[in-house]
Amino acid sequence: MNKIIDQIEQRQLRHELPQFKAGDSVRVHFKVIEGQRQRIQVFEGVVLKRQGAGVRETFTVRKSSFGVGVERTFPLHSPKIDKIDVISIGDVNRAKLYYLRGKIGKKARVRAKRDQVTKTPKAAAAASPEPEDLQPETVEPESVEPEAAEPESVEPTDEAAPESAEPSSEPAEDSEPAEDAAK
Amino acid sequence: MKGIVGKKLGMTQLFDPESGVVTSVTVIEAGPCPVVHVRKPETDGYEAIQLAFEPVAERKITKGELGHLRKTGAGAHRHLVEFRGPSELASGDTVTVAIFQPGDKIKVSGISIGKGYQGTIKRHNFASGPKSHGSHNVRKPGSIGASAWPSRVMKGMKMAGRMGGKRATQVGLTVHEVDAEQNVIMVKGAVPGPKNGIVEIREEAR
Repeated sequence: MNKIIDQIEQRQLRHELPQFKAGDSVRVHFKVIEGQRQRIQVFEGVVLKRQGAGVRETFTVRKSSFGVGVERTFPLHSPKIDKIDVISIGDVNRAKLYYLRGKIGKKARVRAKRDQVTKTPKAAAAASPEPEDLQPETVEPESVEPEAAEPESVEPTDEAAPESAEPSSEPAEDSEPAEDAAK
Repeated sequence: MKGIVGKKLGMTQLFDPESGVVTSVTVIEAGPCPVVHVRKPETDGYEAIQLAFEPVAERKITKGELGHLRKTGAGAHRHLVEFRGPSELASGDTVTVAIFQPGDKIKVSGISIGKGYQGTIKRHNFASGPKSHGSHNVRKPGSIGASAWPSRVMKGMKMAGRMGGKRATQVGLTVHEVDAEQNVIMVKGAVPGPKNGIVEIREEAR
């Protein structure tokens, strides 16, 4: 690539974002501008793919919302991405997980890598057995229609709190299948 | 007439820091271009300025070109381009990308990428015939004229042939960003020509 174009791209790159790959479960905090106000919308799911390079790189996150698969593609270096939390690191053998599109329910899950999960801090340990899935409780209603007007202004901290609380209540029912899968 | 000569470096995309909107831009390294000659109505019949671009070793250009360039002290340059229209610039001045501001309407000319010998579908946007049901008329041009009259093919009939590699002008472009330090101008959208091709940037009247 030309040196000048490389410089232009380099200065736009966001080096502070965490490393993640296809199969990882992530929580993308995306800034949404509604008229004058700006709020943070959280999209949580499995990274289906990363594609492109340099400043043009994008990643696609898939989740299931009320039984309907929802995919959203973000430009990785967009200034509208507030932060990305890596919840768990997936154990997958593909770079593009298109096979998840045809699966529903338990088969649509990605196994988490066991050793690395313990290293990730806070809610990750509790949330590890269930990456994203079909539980209606975990689904963020606001994310179904990304542009839908939300009356309440959601602070990132407020957003994180109920969400981390919810998954922690569930591992009881979800940890069993995960162990089965691990075997 | 505002204008400058540059070299197309390629395309990239820029994020707007506030809104996050992505803009595809073509990066052009333009100028600095010395004005080497001014055409006047009295002597030449029209008004124009002649700009030189891309300094080069003296041995690489002809002695005639070198003598012409030395008249204004510009030194050896690879390209000479005229920009028609009235201008206050005089021989010896230098044109830089600073003449353009973000938001300016411009048009960009260059030699389009050569595509070789192409059929009518790609070259003239003809429709293709049916691919199935025994059709042999898939990419054929069809009839090129009538029989009794004119008994010949009319001039200008659209047919297969060399495509691209010709001068092309893209109008309706806007300047997105100007970097005067690096002599770089970023144009929203695509411009004709390959990477490292020479392009001429002109202001657009409308």
